[in-house]
Amino acid sequence: MSSRYTFGGDEHIFVEVDEEMSLEAFFVSLSMTNAVRNANIKGVTEICPANASFQIKFDPDVIHPDDMMKELKRLEAQAEQGENVLETRIIEVPVYYQDPWTYDTLMRFRERHQDPSATDIEYAASINGYDSVEKFIEAHSGAPWFVSMVGFVSGLPFLYQMVDRSRQIQVPKYLRPRTDTPRQTVGYGGSFSCIYSVRGAGGYQMFGITPMPIYDPEQSVPYLKDFMVFFKPGDIVRFKPINREEYDAAIAQVQAGEYMPRIRNVRFSLSEFNADMDGTNAKLMEALYDR
Amino acid sequence: MTVNVISAGIATTIQDLGRPGYYHLGIPMGGAMDRLALKTANLLVGNDEGAAGLESVFVGPELEFTRDVTVAVCGAELPPKVDGEPRDTWTAFTVKAGQVLSFDFLKSGARIYIAISGGITTPVHLGSRSTYAIGALGGVNGRPVQPGDSLPLGKSSKTVKDGISVPVALRRGPSNPAELRVLPGLYWHRITEQSQDSFFEDTWKVANEADRMGYRFQGGRKLEFVEREQPFSAGADPSNITDACYPYGSIQVPSGSEPIVLHRDAVSGGGYFMLGCVISADMDLIGQLQPNMPVRFVKVDMEAALAARKEQAAIMDEIRELLS
Repeated sequence: MSSRYTFGGDEHIFVEVDEEMSLEAFFVSLSMTNAVRNANIKGVTEICPANASFQIKFDPDVIHPDDMMKELKRLEAQAEQGENVLETRIIEVPVYYQDPWTYDTLMRFRERHQDPSATDIEYAASINGYDSVEKFIEAHSGAPWFVSMVGFVSGLPFLYQMVDRSRQIQVPKYLRPRTDTPRQTVGYGGSFSCIYSVRGAGGYQMFGITPMPIYDPEQSVPYLKDFMVFFKPGDIVRFKPINREEYDAAIAQVQAGEYMPRIRNVRFSLSEFNADMDGTNAKLMEALYDR
Repeated sequence: MTVNVISAGIATTIQDLGRPGYYHLGIPMGGAMDRLALKTANLLVGNDEGAAGLESVFVGPELEFTRDVTVAVCGAELPPKVDGEPRDTWTAFTVKAGQVLSFDFLKSGARIYIAISGGITTPVHLGSRSTYAIGALGGVNGRPVQPGDSLPLGKSSKTVKDGISVPVALRRGPSNPAELRVLPGLYWHRITEQSQDSFFEDTWKVANEADRMGYRFQGGRKLEFVEREQPFSAGADPSNITDACYPYGSIQVPSGSEPIVLHRDAVSGGGYFMLGCVISADMDLIGQLQPNMPVRFVKVDMEAALAARKEQAAIMDEIRELLS
């Protein structure tokens, strides 16, 4: 992996760690952006980690773009020596797969889809070689996910599954984006899941919906009182399939201001994970469920 | 001490200079699309440059005031009227309690900035009053202005000279065709040399999809991509990349056909390649482009981009001196 540095106009530097997605590339993006934050470089105004790249916005009246470039390249040498160990949290996100609301929405936009005769999840299961939607849901919820980017719109997480490449689910986005997506839809595009934080346009396939609010500008949700955005890059997520009854119960808790997501602090080592993916994931589940 | 909205005009939103610092969470900086116009309007009425005012597109609102105020309208040539009597743009004028500010038809440009002495003092979200409707932040309960709204005003601290005006030489609007200077970069290497040339040779037109998030352009030759095997996770179309951050001003060209320049309410990331960015000095101009306007993209290097930025800063300094 050799990072490619390029200017985005006179106010941004964009660094592509790798053309393709991998947890290695994501960890470089995360450690580089942490290094930039810790370096407190004068003139830096935004530090944005992404899946396999990152972006720094700066004020060229304060620091010349060439000097900013030099600073970043100097930090890369330091960040590479990092241990690839992350103190982070694992979060259970309940998902009502094949819910009636995303179903209604996907039926309204069939003419923009690759396979108008199937639902989004039927299509995704079929092109990934699963013989049933149930087996596909097992794969989607069976191994945890890294939040590898937060963005597009307010607080929307992109998630990358913690399995080797042969087991990665890959689904193209809609042929043409929809003009509507229900809030808290669990979507899929390329090799990323996402959770739509707000209602609006979208091009990702829709698999289900979570009752768990992840963005609250009014900050009335108890666990969003400190900050209105729930996710940050480096969070680990476990999707837990739930049925209609469990969904309704969770929504009632949300409305009563009593819903609290299950969260545990964990330490993640990329080298341990690469040595034993299933074993590492099993340990993460033990931590999440106090087993 | 309020301004009452009788009619809202088009896409009228409360804007200040925005909320930098949250782009890594997908919350864009927002703020006036034409920052110079908002700053100038504020200075004309004795406000801080960054006070909140109103941004309207093509059609202005009708506003009634509950106290005597000073008003200035900068940006597009959309002539203001007080109780039907014409007033000048880029000029401070008085509106008395009970009088109604309205607007004539658009002559040029796209967006006006209405500054009112004291500034609009709706609640601050993440450091700004700017309306970001997608995320329900700022504005009036997170939304644009509607008829029936009463917008609170702050206390004006400074007395201003009625009739003071900014000379035409210091007002900036797009030429015809408009010229937007571009620094190539980002995924510039993804298109062929021929397309790298055609992008700058062709005259483009502003499409109807043109708003605070971004401006779309049509009419130039389709861009061709350098052949490659698409990287894992990038998607099948040659214009796709592994989802990444989008700089402000970045130019993405989905499938190579219609360039989109992201503006103040940019989506913070996505999966389309970008061929470079409109330089910071020309971002304000985009806010004044109307649909169907011809536009040329002009290739510049970093030195030229920084020189243009200095030039714009000098104009702003001149306006500050004039109005101080």
